[in-house]
Amino acid sequence: MRDTADRFMRQRAWLGVALLLLLPAAQAQMTLTVAAFPAVDEIVKSALPAWKKLHPNVQVKVVSRQFSDHHTAMTTALSTSVYLPDVMALEVGYVGRFAQGGGLDDLSREPYNIRKFESRFVPYAFQQATNRKGAVVAVPTDIGPGTLLYRIDVLNKAGVSEADLTRSWDSYVATGAKIKLATGSYLMAHARDMKDIVIRTGIQPGEGLYFDKDSKVLVTSPRFVRAFELAREVRRQKLDARVGAWSNEWSEGFKRGTISTQMTGAWLAGHLNNWLAPDTKGLWRAAQLPENAFAAYGGTFFAIPRAAPAANKAMAWELIQLLTLSREMQLGAFRSQDAFPALIETFDDPFFDLPITFLGGQTARLGWRAAARRITAVSVHKQDAFADEVVNTELDKVLDRGKDIKQALADAQSLLERRAFR
Amino acid sequence: MKLPAALRLSPEWAPFVFLSPFVLLFAVFGVFPLAFSLYLAFQTWEPTSGLAAMEFVGLDNFAFALQDEWFWKSLKNTGWLAVASGVPQHLVAIPLACFIHSSFKGLRNAVVGAYFMPYITSTVAIAILFSSLFSTDFGLINVGLQALAQLPVIGGLFPANPVDWLNAPENIKPAISMIVFWRYVGFNVVLYLAALQTIPNDIYEAATMDGAGRLQQFFYITLPSLKPMIFFGVTLSLIGGLQLFEEPFILTGGRGGSDQSGMTTAIYLYRMAFDFNDFGAASAMSWLLFILVAILTWLTNRAFRPRGPSA
Repeated sequence: MRDTADRFMRQRAWLGVALLLLLPAAQAQMTLTVAAFPAVDEIVKSALPAWKKLHPNVQVKVVSRQFSDHHTAMTTALSTSVYLPDVMALEVGYVGRFAQGGGLDDLSREPYNIRKFESRFVPYAFQQATNRKGAVVAVPTDIGPGTLLYRIDVLNKAGVSEADLTRSWDSYVATGAKIKLATGSYLMAHARDMKDIVIRTGIQPGEGLYFDKDSKVLVTSPRFVRAFELAREVRRQKLDARVGAWSNEWSEGFKRGTISTQMTGAWLAGHLNNWLAPDTKGLWRAAQLPENAFAAYGGTFFAIPRAAPAANKAMAWELIQLLTLSREMQLGAFRSQDAFPALIETFDDPFFDLPITFLGGQTARLGWRAAARRITAVSVHKQDAFADEVVNTELDKVLDRGKDIKQALADAQSLLERRAFR
Repeated sequence: MKLPAALRLSPEWAPFVFLSPFVLLFAVFGVFPLAFSLYLAFQTWEPTSGLAAMEFVGLDNFAFALQDEWFWKSLKNTGWLAVASGVPQHLVAIPLACFIHSSFKGLRNAVVGAYFMPYITSTVAIAILFSSLFSTDFGLINVGLQALAQLPVIGGLFPANPVDWLNAPENIKPAISMIVFWRYVGFNVVLYLAALQTIPNDIYEAATMDGAGRLQQFFYITLPSLKPMIFFGVTLSLIGGLQLFEEPFILTGGRGGSDQSGMTTAIYLYRMAFDFNDFGAASAMSWLLFILVAILTWLTNRAFRPRGPSA
């Protein structure tokens, strides 16, 4: 008898301790995990004071990893459904990839209903987060409008103008030849850059980059032929430095002015200023891409994993809304991290009108803002990464070994047709 | 001090307890991945949708792999690299081991250590080192070649212009083979040295008495006695060569190089899974590669099997 009572008392005591431990956690404290990469982690952290004011009881933990580590970790977490964060930052390429599967919550449904905010985002960025079935799997937070950065000193020395560069693709290449002749500087880092942008021009509705919506392969279409021809012309006239982006030779080329132009996202101006080539301050200018091409280079999104803890999802959505739909947060990230806002209502802010010292006092943000409105989204196919590899391989053969362009594209076509439906 | 009876390990359980750390680790990191990849080889899976998204597709992945142009291309690359890096390893290691065995006394361990160094050096360090050695404009290898090209008479044998080692498709494979050869030749030297020490000296003495020269001794005594070790060494090179991954992966930035000419099968199936999101086909390819390794190992075994009772 005593024994039973004793045991009962002991159990009660344990229960009490357990409840004491559990109660405050259930009532007051909730911790949201945000997984991000630089500099998105900084942007989230700088939003935390404002978040604390709104939700003093909800802690936010930012898990930061390097860019590729982050995306590998997210892929693993999604495939195994463990260690999933409540909010996941994703670069645009991965949004496209993850949107094919069902690992991310469809934000167009209850309780999120993101469609009601659709008109507040830059249209192409919102489109990029929408998959074929109409599900919206992520919220755009920053975008990378494409721009043509060029060295004004090199152009002046060669006696050519910005208009010569941007009039048409042919005029861009012809101007490059003049620059090379007069200054010895290359027009671009790699002929591949030229191909990459020209295949993104003139995409018809319903077409993706390499495949259309019925998985028909598009690599023999005119935009590919033109892209290959232009790239070949660049190589034939020795107008490219034949260096890959982010290599030592690439940044050295910018420092020394041996690479005179670069087609890129607007954010590169910030990188050049901060670490790639700070000494070239004032020598760069930004223009729209040649021949009225408008393209996106990168962009960041926030998503909620489907298998993330359900109890946290409402708060996770609150946090995403604070980061993406608040004018102050978006502009703050723009000022501190060069994260070009995806929220249209920030576009009237005076910050856009400020001159950029690195670009010689140019008000370049106005041009980027105009570009952002004109970019169209390209629908994503799950074999895009493979197609990219195949097309680059064929381009190498054309550039280095003089392979016939028609043949090269036909070879790429037949290789991709086998993959299209996998 | 004596442990209480409850804590004492009974003799029946002791072997299991002592084995359990290995067995557990092996089950988690050895058996499970193997079984999982075999299971995956028969599924189609969009990995980011979670484990529930798998769908059984029978032999589809194997059929796809066997008809895939790039799979065959990667097999050809792997074969090329295995032969070009594997055969010279042994052709150099055997005479080298004999030379070290007969000519170095006090310094022997230091010499062997020097040859063995690359084998225990981190692959990443090696790749960084060789990336700079192979650099087109500033690399030591090209500088050396150009200096040789200046020499009279033999200068014509060497390229006068800098060689683009890591970007031109025709140069990637020789560059990778050179590194693999350099890295594993020392390992083989150690193997053969160990085998040489087991050959009794009497046989050589008897052969000398009979008037056999050094070359005759090498071909009629040393080489036949080394046969079991050659079998072992060749098998290791074969398996290692067919699974070659690290060196070409790092040298080509993880992409397999221009025109995929440095893309081994191991790299391709890694890319299939992690870059192209096709875990099913990647698993099928890894099992096809395993079958190939098994067949070739069996053939090597047959080729080295003693023939008749006299051998």
